[in-house]
Amino acid sequence: MTIETKITKSFFRSDAMQQIMAFGALIVLFIGFSVASPYFRTFDNFVGILLATAVNGVLALGATFVIITAGIDLSVGTLMTFSAVLTGVFITKWGLPIPVGIVGGISAGAFIGFVNGSLVSRLKIPPFITTLGMLYITKGLSLVISELKPIYFNDTPAFREMAMGSVLDKIIPGFEIPNAVLILFGAAFLAHIILSRTILGRYTFALGSNEEATRLSGVNVNVWKTAVYALAGMFSGIGGVLIASRLNSAQPALGAGYELDAIAAVVIGGTSLSGGEGSILGTIIGAFIISTLTNGLRIMSVPQEWQIVVTGGIVILAVFLDIVRRRK
Amino acid sequence: MSETLIKMEGIVKRFPGVLALDQSSFELRAGEVHALVGENGAGKSTLMKIIGGIYSKDAGRMLFEGEEVEVKSPRQAQDLGISIIHQELNLMPHLSVAQNIFIGREPRTNLSFIVDDKKTNREAERLFKLLSLNLDPNTKVSDLTVAKQQMVEIAKALSFNAKALIMDEPTAALTDTEIEDLFTVIRQLRKDGVGIIHISHRLEELKLIADRVTVMRDGKTIDTLEAKDASKDKIISLMVGRTIFEEAPEIPENPSEEVVLEVRNLNRGKALQNVSFQLKKGEILGFAGLMGAGRTEVARAIFGADSYEAGEIYIKGKQAQIKTPGNAVSNSIGYLSEDRKQYGLVLGMDIKENVVMSSMKDFISKLGWVDFKKSSVQAQDMVDALDIKTPTIEQKIKFLSGGNQQKVVIGKWLTADTDILIFDEPTRGIDVGAKSEIYKLLNDLTDQGKSIIMISSELPEILRMSHRVVVMCEGRITGVLNADEMSQEKIMKFATMRNNNVQEKEAIAN
Repeated sequence: MTIETKITKSFFRSDAMQQIMAFGALIVLFIGFSVASPYFRTFDNFVGILLATAVNGVLALGATFVIITAGIDLSVGTLMTFSAVLTGVFITKWGLPIPVGIVGGISAGAFIGFVNGSLVSRLKIPPFITTLGMLYITKGLSLVISELKPIYFNDTPAFREMAMGSVLDKIIPGFEIPNAVLILFGAAFLAHIILSRTILGRYTFALGSNEEATRLSGVNVNVWKTAVYALAGMFSGIGGVLIASRLNSAQPALGAGYELDAIAAVVIGGTSLSGGEGSILGTIIGAFIISTLTNGLRIMSVPQEWQIVVTGGIVILAVFLDIVRRRK
Repeated sequence: MSETLIKMEGIVKRFPGVLALDQSSFELRAGEVHALVGENGAGKSTLMKIIGGIYSKDAGRMLFEGEEVEVKSPRQAQDLGISIIHQELNLMPHLSVAQNIFIGREPRTNLSFIVDDKKTNREAERLFKLLSLNLDPNTKVSDLTVAKQQMVEIAKALSFNAKALIMDEPTAALTDTEIEDLFTVIRQLRKDGVGIIHISHRLEELKLIADRVTVMRDGKTIDTLEAKDASKDKIISLMVGRTIFEEAPEIPENPSEEVVLEVRNLNRGKALQNVSFQLKKGEILGFAGLMGAGRTEVARAIFGADSYEAGEIYIKGKQAQIKTPGNAVSNSIGYLSEDRKQYGLVLGMDIKENVVMSSMKDFISKLGWVDFKKSSVQAQDMVDALDIKTPTIEQKIKFLSGGNQQKVVIGKWLTADTDILIFDEPTRGIDVGAKSEIYKLLNDLTDQGKSIIMISSELPEILRMSHRVVVMCEGRITGVLNADEMSQEKIMKFATMRNNNVQEKEAIAN
């Protein structure tokens, strides 16, 4: 006779539940604000929310990978700025063609991510410390390279078009959704495929779930961990190009604080800080919850300082609900 | 005689300050189950880790199928056909069964960076068929029992076409039925010509499964015997290098009739159903049952570590409100967890800090400072009284052996001076010599008038130590036996009595 300890997982406990809960929260926010304010439910405002999500969303994609490995990346915000500044230098000061400048900016992000990953995996410096250091380094380098001045893309109007133009408007006139939103969804799709279908995605989960077991299975954990941080750096690079295009300038003083918004989006989306689980869909929903909340509260004339307080409350609430869900 | 698969000769391995392996040797043939036994720290795991490429040897030769090899990484060992199943299972709990088996060599689609999950699942299913295992490849590993997780490890080893399989204490956490299932699989592998190294502390099971037994002590290989010639006493005497009488009969003296702890109708969902029992002064009350029978749950509920829905706890006749472990300690209850490292000790702190952990208030001076002198004296007393083997009381817990760690936990509760002590698997992972010492300690404690609840999965231990035994199955108490009516058979029957059949109960009792 075997005593089967059958673990019947209730639907409430299932992993899908976290995403459904997050998605439900987003819908509730939308309905709530729509009822409360006619200004909220306009097409222009929806576009505004989408646009406001773009940069944070892209940064959060990279952060998702790192957090699933049970690591943390505090440098995503300032690395974004670093990539933006370099893109500015490449295009305006070196006069490189726009695509080359963009690829250069993104590559710079990926390279710094690679450095992060190497320090974490080979030198065994804890991720928190490594990326905290890199936060300062990239912040400082951005100021040095830009000589403390914003770099404007006034001579290359096509660069601004990249994020703020609308391909969709040309296809369906009047449907004026900026390209930045398409880039966000494109990047999210790419991230989703990488996370759920590729070897890199599989090892991302494996590292976060049990790194020692992964190593003993013959996986070269250093290489893959480095790759994860490089990927996060790449998404920061994309974010940098995006924000430069959106602002038509690289603002060297910008960036600090973005990493916290990105981590908040990842956490609200149900990715566990202890590693091993998480999803891109959750992160995107998390990013939208933050920007919808900010937008809605602003429309309701809630002062900006209070919006920040509410965001903090939401982060804690989201994690608390996740803990309750697991406990059941 | 079958061919020699692995031969280790003159293996030496040094760790800082320790000679872990000293000219040890070992031989594994194809199609045999070769048991490797020895006290903790004898060098078994170190030798196996050298075979598996996790450690490198300092001297000696390793031959695989007659050729000298240098195994430098786990990967290289796998490529040779050597797989290790570690005591702490090496699985990724968040990944599926199939993903775990093929980690590091996932089947790919035509695009080489895309994982082919369908193929992964198909391959996993094929392996499960070979093992006659009923398992869904999509199940998350965290949802499986330990026994099933072990089967996943075996399937993983098979997928490497393992010629040699090393299993480090595979039965330590399994129930008897699960062990039988495991042995069925092991016999199947043996028939297929796989050489299996089986490390175990459970000497009773060697006769059931092993062909040969090698005994190690102090980093040396002492002897290799045919399993059929190896009596338990002989193995034990080789292990400890002296003759000890492990099965020394203990005639339990009748304890007093004074009831110190009474539990009435403790309930929590399915985990605890109407649990009622009494503990008498100076008694060792054994708690027997299979894994998951609810014994630990009872202990944790009494100790206030987990909540319960209904029921009452009486301490010396008075109803006690125990909501937190703090309440339990004030009611003079101490709990020694089955998982010392996780719940019993702070590994990074030293002996003197751990010993006073549950009774800090007695070691604080009037001004609120920690009284280091007093706590050091107490720690030294405990080290002497319990014969804890350590250079100093400043030694960090993580550097002590399992048996000595357990003694520190005991020292901690002796310092707290509680009248009721709950020992959850007090000898798990502890070698034979240290076991006897722990048994002696338990007897000394009851002689001093302390009352003990001893949860144990080892029936010989229950039979040897308990005045009475409570048997549990699926959250219910299915039987209570006095010392004179205890037998392995009766306990097992109660332990597997899944529905509360009164007639069956009476039949067993008679």
